[in-house]
Amino acid sequence: MNTRYSLLRIVLFSLLLLVFPVVASHFGNSWVRIIDIALLYIMLALGLNIVVGFAGLLDLGYIAFFAIGAYLAGLLASPQFAVIVESLQMEYPAAGDWLLQLAGETVAAQGIHWSVWVIIPLAALIAGIFGALLGAPTLKLRGDYLAIVTLGFGEIIRIFMNNLNGPVNITNGPQGINLIDPVRIGGLSLSGEAGSGGVVHLGAWSVPSVNAYYYLFLLLCILIVFISQRLQHSRLGRAWIAIREDEIAAKAMGIHVRNVKLLAFAMGAAFGGVAGAMFGAFQGFISPESFTLTESIAVLAMVVLGGIGHVPGVILGAVLLAALPEILRHTVEPVQTALFGHIWIEAEVLRQLLYGLALVLIMLARPAGLWPSPRQEDRPLPASDTQAGGA
Amino acid sequence: MSRDTLLRVTGVGKRFGGLQALTDVNLAITRGHIHGLIGPNGAGKTTCFNVITGLYQPDSGHFELAGKPYSPTAPHAVASAGIARTFQNIRLFGDMSALENVMVGRHVRTHQGVLGAIFRHPAARSEEAQIVAHAEALLEFVGIAHLAQRTARHLSYGDQRRVEIARALATEPLLLALDEPAAGMNATEKSELRDLLTRIRDRGISLLLIEHDVKLMMGLCDRITVLDYGKVIAEGAPVEVQQNPAVIAAYLGVEAA
Repeated sequence: MNTRYSLLRIVLFSLLLLVFPVVASHFGNSWVRIIDIALLYIMLALGLNIVVGFAGLLDLGYIAFFAIGAYLAGLLASPQFAVIVESLQMEYPAAGDWLLQLAGETVAAQGIHWSVWVIIPLAALIAGIFGALLGAPTLKLRGDYLAIVTLGFGEIIRIFMNNLNGPVNITNGPQGINLIDPVRIGGLSLSGEAGSGGVVHLGAWSVPSVNAYYYLFLLLCILIVFISQRLQHSRLGRAWIAIREDEIAAKAMGIHVRNVKLLAFAMGAAFGGVAGAMFGAFQGFISPESFTLTESIAVLAMVVLGGIGHVPGVILGAVLLAALPEILRHTVEPVQTALFGHIWIEAEVLRQLLYGLALVLIMLARPAGLWPSPRQEDRPLPASDTQAGGA
Repeated sequence: MSRDTLLRVTGVGKRFGGLQALTDVNLAITRGHIHGLIGPNGAGKTTCFNVITGLYQPDSGHFELAGKPYSPTAPHAVASAGIARTFQNIRLFGDMSALENVMVGRHVRTHQGVLGAIFRHPAARSEEAQIVAHAEALLEFVGIAHLAQRTARHLSYGDQRRVEIARALATEPLLLALDEPAAGMNATEKSELRDLLTRIRDRGISLLLIEHDVKLMMGLCDRITVLDYGKVIAEGAPVEVQQNPAVIAAYLGVEAA
């Protein structure tokens, strides 16, 4: 009875997810685009949730792994490699020639253009390695101290991206990397072929590019949700939560805290790396501006506001916080015109104000997040109420 | 003699800045015994305890468990060697259920990692099932099977103690070290605890016990070591210790001559 009901819900929900972009694109592709970005934020928030939510390690530099994934896509799927070779030849001819020999003429002239199937696992791997590397020096830190150090790491990565355009130009500095290849699945470009105006043709079907990306991102999100859930309810997930709850007791129970923490950093970073690579391919352009501290904080806000450590809550938080500014962007001015006849407050100003106000109100009304982990006895009997208060 | 000795520590010293907390402490615990560690406040009982379980780094000393030397440099290594502990002020994983707390105790005796967690292949599933079964059996053993799904922080004080003991037992220890398990308990709870500790000993697990309740200790312990100012001042059966003039002096003070 109960299982049939929940099965029905799952079927309905999946149908909704599948049909959504088809309906939404009637109102304009920008709505689907907003949801595409929201799906990327879900991946990020779920990755950060492993570090902050499960293992309890406050990470304020998480966007660095998003950046690493994005720049990996930028280097391995764009003409950028040609720029690197050229710049190296100018600066150090010997090294440049060696790299030219190593890469071959074609690659050196056109850049590396690897398939998405190579880039996604590689982004997960490289970001994971960076996650462990940046996590290693912070193992003995907790709370505020950990937050400050990770904040620094996040900024270091961004500043590197910003300044690695000299002496050898690797990242193009503040100008960013352009012309990143769109995702190609079986020869089909999800951005549409040149001249198609952003429409993907598959046989008799034609789908707007944003819808095609929607399905890809949805698939990745489902995969990440699945991995998150499985990790949470495993020996490893319990060890993470034990460390979050009481690190000393966790040690005394035989948990190798160093390794388990590093694993949390690496797993979280790997999700961020995948999201970053997808972001690069989706936008076709990346620059250090996309990876500022504000972004780290936004992702953290999604986790905290949604319900820290609770996967459905984190997803809800990510969707709301990613979509809210966009919805406000589209509604603030029309509403004012309708109410007062003309615009009193600039949309951008009011949008920031309302966004901040929404965050404050939600945290006041629901301090544990919008959708925190359920616990049966969170509604204690009146008699046990005093006991819980005294303990 | 040596074959029956489970834990032997010799020459343990520990200094905190200017305070010599432990001086040349020797301790030998016989297999199957409940061994008490008593002393006035500040005598160094908990320090000694923390050194043995790897929470503090000793300045000197030799440590041997079941005939094999172990180095108390990391708590997780000590747990893996076979010493489990509880804490003076209970340290449970508050947001987890009682059952999950005990399941965490199985960590050190199980192996599944990331791949096992994600793919849940048969080996991972059977290990997980064993973890649950083992944890449930231990909650049954300590008498709170009916509270398995309750969040640990919402349990009563006495039940939290039981969860903590069950969690320590889940690591399959040779020696279970309890830091003031009867603190804050009433007479009924104390007698239940006493019964529980005896049953643990009957399972073949030796116990090291710090406790202030002298009456409880005298009835329960097979041997008692008395610490004062970081030194062992007496060691022996409860009756001997009780009559030892040095112990009486440490507890009651010496009459001014």
